Amino acid sequence: MSSSTTRHTPDRTEADLAIRVSHMTKEFVLRHTRSMKEAFVWLVKGRKGDLTAKFTALNDVSFDIYDGETVALLGFNGSGKSTTLKMISGVMNPDSGEILTREKVAGLIEVGAGFHPDLTGRDNVYLNGAILGMTKEEIDAKFDDIVAFSEIAEFIDTEVKFYSSGMYLRLAFSVAIHTDPEVFLVDEILSVGDEPFQKKCIGRIKDLVRRGKTLVVVSHDLGLVMDICERGIVMDHGTKVFDGNVYGAVAHMRNQPEEDVRREHEEGLARALEDKRRKREWQAREAAERGEQFVPQYDPDLDGPLAG
Amino acid sequence: MDIQAPTTHLRPPGQDRGLRDVFANRFLLRLIVDKEIQIRYRGTVLGLLWSYLKPGVQFLVFYIAMGVFLDLNRGIENFAVYLFSGIVVMNLFSEVFGNASRSVVANGGLLKKIYLPRQLFPVSNLLVAFIHFVPQLAILLLACFLTGWHPGIKQLLAVLVGTLIISLFSLALGMLFTTFNVFFRDAENIVDLLIMVSTWASPVLYMWTMVREKLWDWVYYVYMLNPLTVAVELFHYGFWFPTTDNPQIWHIPPHLLTGWTPLAIVTSLILYFLADKLFRSQEGNFAQEL
Repeated sequence: MSSSTTRHTPDRTEADLAIRVSHMTKEFVLRHTRSMKEAFVWLVKGRKGDLTAKFTALNDVSFDIYDGETVALLGFNGSGKSTTLKMISGVMNPDSGEILTREKVAGLIEVGAGFHPDLTGRDNVYLNGAILGMTKEEIDAKFDDIVAFSEIAEFIDTEVKFYSSGMYLRLAFSVAIHTDPEVFLVDEILSVGDEPFQKKCIGRIKDLVRRGKTLVVVSHDLGLVMDICERGIVMDHGTKVFDGNVYGAVAHMRNQPEEDVRREHEEGLARALEDKRRKREWQAREAAERGEQFVPQYDPDLDGPLAG
Repeated sequence: MDIQAPTTHLRPPGQDRGLRDVFANRFLLRLIVDKEIQIRYRGTVLGLLWSYLKPGVQFLVFYIAMGVFLDLNRGIENFAVYLFSGIVVMNLFSEVFGNASRSVVANGGLLKKIYLPRQLFPVSNLLVAFIHFVPQLAILLLACFLTGWHPGIKQLLAVLVGTLIISLFSLALGMLFTTFNVFFRDAENIVDLLIMVSTWASPVLYMWTMVREKLWDWVYYVYMLNPLTVAVELFHYGFWFPTTDNPQIWHIPPHLLTGWTPLAIVTSLILYFLADKLFRSQEGNFAQEL
């Protein structure tokens, strides 16, 4: 287990702690009797045998996450990363160990869970916003932004059951991304909608990162994870097997040397940036030929973060 | 790895403080109640009218069967008012109890994914039930005025206290059974059974005196221990009693106001605290069981 060396390390104190997970253990019951009859027979027979089979989903997992850190939880299916996220959000409680978090922990967990098909888009924005911890005033203030971001303004007063699944996810994601929790949890939702919308979503999350939001991400998209996060925790069969910078974590996942991962990723980033720069130059030239004024579209990678 | 407990601001997630959290999330509670009302009669032509129609028909059926066929009409003065004031109570009870005990399983999809105070669901069922209770109360009041209702302050208070007992008692039972229901789906069927029995186990369709006359003494005392019986009798006392011409013939159970009512309040409160305790001790396991 290598230790984490991210840029905030030296001046961190207890007061900067956003999440503390210590010795978290969770067992799941696999086979469960669903009827009182079975349970009663079991009781009468003197509780012989085990009524249930157990499975350890998380085994003595500990980590601290500080304010402003962006952490990826990595691991193969069934490694316990989503369960960890559920523990942090409070949906589940650990069997033993302790979890402490900031007051407002929420975010992009299974977007649209609180949507009701028989309500209009507008009602669902309010309902889902409130479920994610927003107050009425917050939703009122952000309502127009939410609708604009989802790009489905003309259907906002239509019942959600008539939406296509893409429209549905767009609106749900849009609500979730406009919440303002102290810690943002993101669970495998970056596959929302078509490609332009996906890019917009990822851009929005990167924007949160730039503004210093604490982020915990669960994803299988290792390339994306390296774009967004600086720290990675790798889980395997319910235990933490790696905790360190994200390249190390991805290297662990891919069984590759860390330098290769880092180099490949940085080359990829440089290439993408170069492409964007070239595209903009080309657009500027086109505009100049037509004699128009060229106003480049805002791109945080080229232009730096926006104020606010 | 020994970690010291941090001194500031952090708290364990998913800690429910029961009704306090529900109150802190009033806005969400209101939205959930709005949603329930909107979707209850979705796609219906008559809409909220159903809230009037259903108890109306129910009343008619009982009135014809009990009042006309079984002649209770002649035995009890203003039998229609007597009957309906009891039905109103039982409807409130069965709606809260029935819906609240299904609420956690029904909202399982949400509870599994996002943390929110889980008592919001049973409590929202209580509020929804009240919205359907009001039209029934309006019909009852109309009938009361037509039969010459002249209530005193004591009668009005009795109705208020009766409503309180029903709310507390049905919410408590609902929370108890919604917890059972997560682990054993049998609970739903038990709830249906209890609702069916409860109408006959309180003096809705007959008079409490029949219990005392036909059965042993101890049955009568057990009968009166049921908070539902007390609530129904409080409603009779508030709505039906002041409409009768010969109050000396009709009398409410002895010690109803001084003995049985406080007892029913205490019973409901104890039940509520037990239900709350059970609910909160188990809610951490809801997500994995659903």
